[in-house]
Amino acid sequence: MTPMDTTAVRRRLPGSLAWHIGALALLVVVLYPVVWTIGASFKPSEDIVGALNLFPTDPITDNYHRLADGIADIPIWKFFLNSAYISVGSVIGVVISCSLTAYAFTKVRFAGRNAMFAIMIGTLLLPYHVLIIPQYVMFQKLELINTFTPLLIGKYLATDAFFVFLMVQFMRGLPKELDEAARLDGCGHLRIYWSIVMPLCRPALITSAIFTFIQAWNDFMGPLLYLNEPDKYTVSMGLRMFIDQDAVADYGGMIAMSLVALLPVLAFFLAFQRYLIDGMATSGLKG
Amino acid sequence: MTHIQTSTSGPVLDKDLAAVERSGPGRKTRPAPRPRGHRENLTGYLFMSPWIAGFLFLIAGPMVFSLYLAFTDYNLFDAPKWVGLKNFTDMFADPRWRQSVKVTSWYVVIGTPIKLAAALAVAMLLAQKRWGQSFYRAAFYAPSLIGASVSAAIVWRALFSDDAVVDRGQQLFGIDAGGWIGDPDMIIYALVGLTVWQFGAPMVIFLAGLKQVPRELYEAAEMDGAGPWRRFWSVTLPMISPVLFFNVLLETIHSFQIFGSAYIVSNGSCGPADATLVYTCYLYDQGFANSRMGFASAMAWLLLVAVGLVTAVLFWSQKRWVHYEEGAR
Repeated sequence: MTPMDTTAVRRRLPGSLAWHIGALALLVVVLYPVVWTIGASFKPSEDIVGALNLFPTDPITDNYHRLADGIADIPIWKFFLNSAYISVGSVIGVVISCSLTAYAFTKVRFAGRNAMFAIMIGTLLLPYHVLIIPQYVMFQKLELINTFTPLLIGKYLATDAFFVFLMVQFMRGLPKELDEAARLDGCGHLRIYWSIVMPLCRPALITSAIFTFIQAWNDFMGPLLYLNEPDKYTVSMGLRMFIDQDAVADYGGMIAMSLVALLPVLAFFLAFQRYLIDGMATSGLKG
Repeated sequence: MTHIQTSTSGPVLDKDLAAVERSGPGRKTRPAPRPRGHRENLTGYLFMSPWIAGFLFLIAGPMVFSLYLAFTDYNLFDAPKWVGLKNFTDMFADPRWRQSVKVTSWYVVIGTPIKLAAALAVAMLLAQKRWGQSFYRAAFYAPSLIGASVSAAIVWRALFSDDAVVDRGQQLFGIDAGGWIGDPDMIIYALVGLTVWQFGAPMVIFLAGLKQVPRELYEAAEMDGAGPWRRFWSVTLPMISPVLFFNVLLETIHSFQIFGSAYIVSNGSCGPADATLVYTCYLYDQGFANSRMGFASAMAWLLLVAVGLVTAVLFWSQKRWVHYEEGAR
């Protein structure tokens, strides 16, 4: 029950076995929807709803073939390209703008810093929904509806307070001697930021980058509000078109597309999960 | 206790808020290596300029504008017309608005505790040192990434609709309920299930907290004859209460703002019978589908007040149940 009593150190085999059986059983429950989805994507639509079997008895690839035709005359790759553009653009914006802000908060002693930090923490708790209407009105007046700008600009202006906060936490943990020495050697802040702090902050930057990518990729409300022409749609919006278009009829295509839509997220996760989980764990906890 | 990091204690948020009040992010005791001055100020503002611009143009400005809109009739095309408190009185008289408050409250009240309980239970299981630990950790975290996507909501629709997997499973037990998605009484639990499924993020934070609990405490409790249950209540829970607080705060605030999954699971209708008409769904519906931007702004401000109140109550309550341990290290 507890992080571990001395029993674990002794590694009693039966206890260990029970633990693994319990953990695996839980894992089966948790991962069931994922495995089911994979299986379902190879089933004909009629068999997806109304069948308990995980995997098809007679696997077909039709669902994937149909994806090649696109959705409502828009080729699938177009949605992926749009999503990739927004996601990668978001990552670049967040990494640059949030790290600059975090650097100022931790390494530059300027007037008003404490007040600004308090405000920044305050925005962390602000529900986004207070901003959607005025921001929409603003972007509408600026004629930026149906462009990617409203989805990207916040990332370049460090409005994702969570990432600023995460980087501040990380930068505070860096040994002070390094940048003090650099200053004595006559380095300016820009030099210290770029040559000393940024390389040392890699774990925090990577964590922020992964989170940003995945959030931007999965985002639904942003594209729903700001994009209104199908050729600008992201993968999320493409998926939604799929539902609107076929209601219940093409479950197979929908499931296959859902899975394909997740591939970049899963790939990112598998490649970087170590950073992601550690970053997650330390973000709230490091003093 | 050298193996426990000396730099860690409670969750940062509170410590930081406290630190902000006391002295701010820097350490006052350390003399500045360089005299402060205009140059340093200028550098600071230059580094901060993206954030300052973002705060003014994307947060503060819009907030002021939104507060103004909350007292107007505005449809995006005609000039806003001042109507005083009408939006707010309309709101309280509106049965759909009341429904949205009910649905959201229920979702928060049911979903958050179950999700956190699941997160804590699995974290305690994974806190034991076993072979393959990091594999389990990653696997349990995976749904947290997928969960927010349209894909997950679509899969959820497929799993919980009439005659689908969950319904078939129920039929094995002789319950023919006809699927949760079409059932106004049950669809909300399908949504709750979707959020509970994403327990990975709070789980990872719990795990980090559990690792900080000194083993001597368990040993001492055991010597005093405390059973596992007692050890959980008297050692684990108080020791991880800062982490628990952090998770409760974060998850509650998130739950209030649920949108995408409710929208997709109900196929954009927030139905059936408004059963998944969460607050933000109604806000979207009023603001963007019905062009009642003033009304929607008023709704948004009430949401802000509600979230602010809950946050304040949580911060106030933490004095009673959150223990920041000094002697533990």
